[in-house]
Amino acid sequence: MYILIPVAVLGVIGLVAALILFFCSKKFAVKEDPRLGQVGEVLPQANCGGCGYPGCSGFAAACVKAAEKGSLEGLNCPTGGAAVMGQVSEILGLNAVASDPKVAVVRCNGSCENRPRTVAYDGMKTCKAMNACGAGETGCQFGCLGCGDCVVACQFDAIHINKETGLPEVDGDKCVACGACVKACPRMIIELRKKGKGKGMRLWVQCVNKEKGAVAKKSCAAACIACGMCEKVCQFDAVHVVNNVAYIDPEKCKMCRKCESVCPQNAIHSNGFPKPVEKKKLADLLPKPKPTETAGAEKTEGVGLALNKEVKSKIELEKTVQKEEPKAEKSKAKIDYSVTEDPILRKIRMENTQQS
Amino acid sequence: MSLFCKNTSTFKKGGVHPDENKITSEIATRAAALPKQVVLPLSQHIGAPAKPVVQKGDKVKVGTLIAEAGGFVSAPIFSSVSGTVVKVDTAWDASGYKRPAIYIDVEGDVWEDSIDRSEKLEKLSDHPELTSEEIVNRVRANGVVGMGGACFPTSIKLTPPPTAKATCVIINGVECEPYITADYRLMMEHPDEILVGVELLMKAVNVNEGYIGIETNKPKAIALLENKAKAYSNIKIVPLDCKYPQGGEKQLVDAVIHREVPAPPAIPVNVGAVVQNVGTAYAVYQAVMKNKPLFERYVTVTGKQLHAPGNFLVRMGTPFSQLIEACGGLPEGDNKILAGGPMMGKAVTTTDVTVVKGTNSVTVLTNTDAKRKEAQNCIRCGKCVSACPMGLEPYLLAQLSSLKDWERAEKEDIPSCIECGSCQFTCPAHRPLLDNIRMGKGTVMGIIRERAAAAKAAADAAKAKEEKK
Repeated sequence: MYILIPVAVLGVIGLVAALILFFCSKKFAVKEDPRLGQVGEVLPQANCGGCGYPGCSGFAAACVKAAEKGSLEGLNCPTGGAAVMGQVSEILGLNAVASDPKVAVVRCNGSCENRPRTVAYDGMKTCKAMNACGAGETGCQFGCLGCGDCVVACQFDAIHINKETGLPEVDGDKCVACGACVKACPRMIIELRKKGKGKGMRLWVQCVNKEKGAVAKKSCAAACIACGMCEKVCQFDAVHVVNNVAYIDPEKCKMCRKCESVCPQNAIHSNGFPKPVEKKKLADLLPKPKPTETAGAEKTEGVGLALNKEVKSKIELEKTVQKEEPKAEKSKAKIDYSVTEDPILRKIRMENTQQS
Repeated sequence: MSLFCKNTSTFKKGGVHPDENKITSEIATRAAALPKQVVLPLSQHIGAPAKPVVQKGDKVKVGTLIAEAGGFVSAPIFSSVSGTVVKVDTAWDASGYKRPAIYIDVEGDVWEDSIDRSEKLEKLSDHPELTSEEIVNRVRANGVVGMGGACFPTSIKLTPPPTAKATCVIINGVECEPYITADYRLMMEHPDEILVGVELLMKAVNVNEGYIGIETNKPKAIALLENKAKAYSNIKIVPLDCKYPQGGEKQLVDAVIHREVPAPPAIPVNVGAVVQNVGTAYAVYQAVMKNKPLFERYVTVTGKQLHAPGNFLVRMGTPFSQLIEACGGLPEGDNKILAGGPMMGKAVTTTDVTVVKGTNSVTVLTNTDAKRKEAQNCIRCGKCVSACPMGLEPYLLAQLSSLKDWERAEKEDIPSCIECGSCQFTCPAHRPLLDNIRMGKGTVMGIIRERAAAAKAAADAAKAKEEKK
């Protein structure tokens, strides 16, 4: 008989507690969109932040929110690529927005050969520390420092320092364009560009030196000297020399490689084209209306010195450069002291460049 | 000597004793030869860079204004030579980067007429027209900045915020940094001018107490100044025990008047002290009494392997290479050239770097002195903790910085670090403690600034909203 009393008491307490819980769960229920979980499941869960949102859950929330507006435009998971975005749009019942896959490119060709060391640095071996101490071991205050902050930042094992050149090289197959290396680089050398068709056909200026031509050339044999030949030869308004350094707009560039063929400094670098470019004089290229397409089966190998070694017939071209240099100096483009600017301003600017 | 050792004091927390190596202390100062060209960087001080007011081809005299202050926290720059402005371009400076600078080709040595070049000692009692404002204005107009190395515009230090009340002026004659003897030579050669300078500083901040702190490794300077200071009832010479970094503002305040400056953003004036260097006191004297802008300074050029090290009176903009040549040229072997001393100095990447307002020394370290020893694992000895003059835990801050744990680093008070390098100096495992902490401090300060800016923006937005209602 005694056993029944506690059983009854506990039973009643249990019943009351259950009622309270039931009431609370109904009254204070948090309504969560079931699609949030579904989208989260298809995402890679790398939490790399490459999409610009805090982790995969943040991106899932942004996708669901965007779905209410009816478009996934501007949202892209760089790690998962088109496949994952396709699944996401399927879950949300939308058409997938095709976005060009991107890849990180290194905009410095200051290898040991091109850019002699003038001093030795023996402080902490990180780019950030070295950047805070000064220009680094060479005379170029804009170029790669070679300590590999980008390598440490990469979660996908896609960027490595080439021991021969001392410069980072990007593995186009592994790179998912999450932008971690772009953020890690204190010199803002790494840029995300369109991956390109085929084997990754892309073309970019491998230099960010904002010094005037003569000064830049003194510190690095592969520096952009802002001679403006690339700007003149480009028919598509894609190349512009700003702050003493040329920049190829990936949106406008049609990959004709004319700029690469005239660059006296071999500062314009191509990747994934079937054949190395033929060097030409500016005068030969200007009057011709159509670009001469190169075709063949060979492939230029990797990034770096391949081109420099092949094209040594620069003597003639250098004469033209000497004529061009004073013009570049006359233009008096403003020098941007971005390397010494305020870290907050730099961060904001970096974010802007990333978005654009 | 024993006389001075009795009543000496020093700062309480931490500190280290590096080898003094003051090899140039008894070498009288000479005027350095005029260079062929001077390069005057526009950022010679903390704050906004100066704005150039001369153009290519302009003729300038010694003491001509060539760049005006670029903002409130800024200082004007004056030509240190007479000649022609060649260009306004960029030049390597001690920051390790190329920054805007004015190049002037030297022609003769013609001074501006407004500068009083006589040797006569002007006394404050003879100039009743000098009010506090007048002194501060003259200091500002003549581009005087802190000569100890930080180069903070002196006029701003002399106008403390209304929330703080200054009670005394403390003059830093400590020169705790190894090798450097520029301040010592200045004290030995111009004690009267320094004392009048201290009087001027005291008048500027309206206080009646002045102290000059000097370490006991300079007994001659202490004796000389004590003797001269007898004529000034309100200036006291305070002998201090030798310990690095006694020249740090906060350490000096602790050593001289035994008050502790709270953590940033508090500054020494919050405990009533205005701290200035002896070099600044001298520059203030020259600016106020002789109307001489700041365009030359005492520089020690030193190094164990240098053939003939010495002290020089150098015009701003003189390249390091010329000073090193004057001392017998660079020694053979691997050299590290520092703008400043071995503890706080900054290694330069080229000898084209020029002397600026904050260059108290050019130190040449050779071979083994020039290189760091290989870093080993931390052995948890705690030496860095006992060496830190700010009472921080350097091993922990370095670790937090390398792990990017900014929140915890802020909690552990990383912004208080004065970057004196005592921790790294004392570390038996040669760990790059300061390198790490400096990185972390920079990032944390950035975060704090960002947060303050965001808070201000939010407050402004709320205010605007309220006004709309």
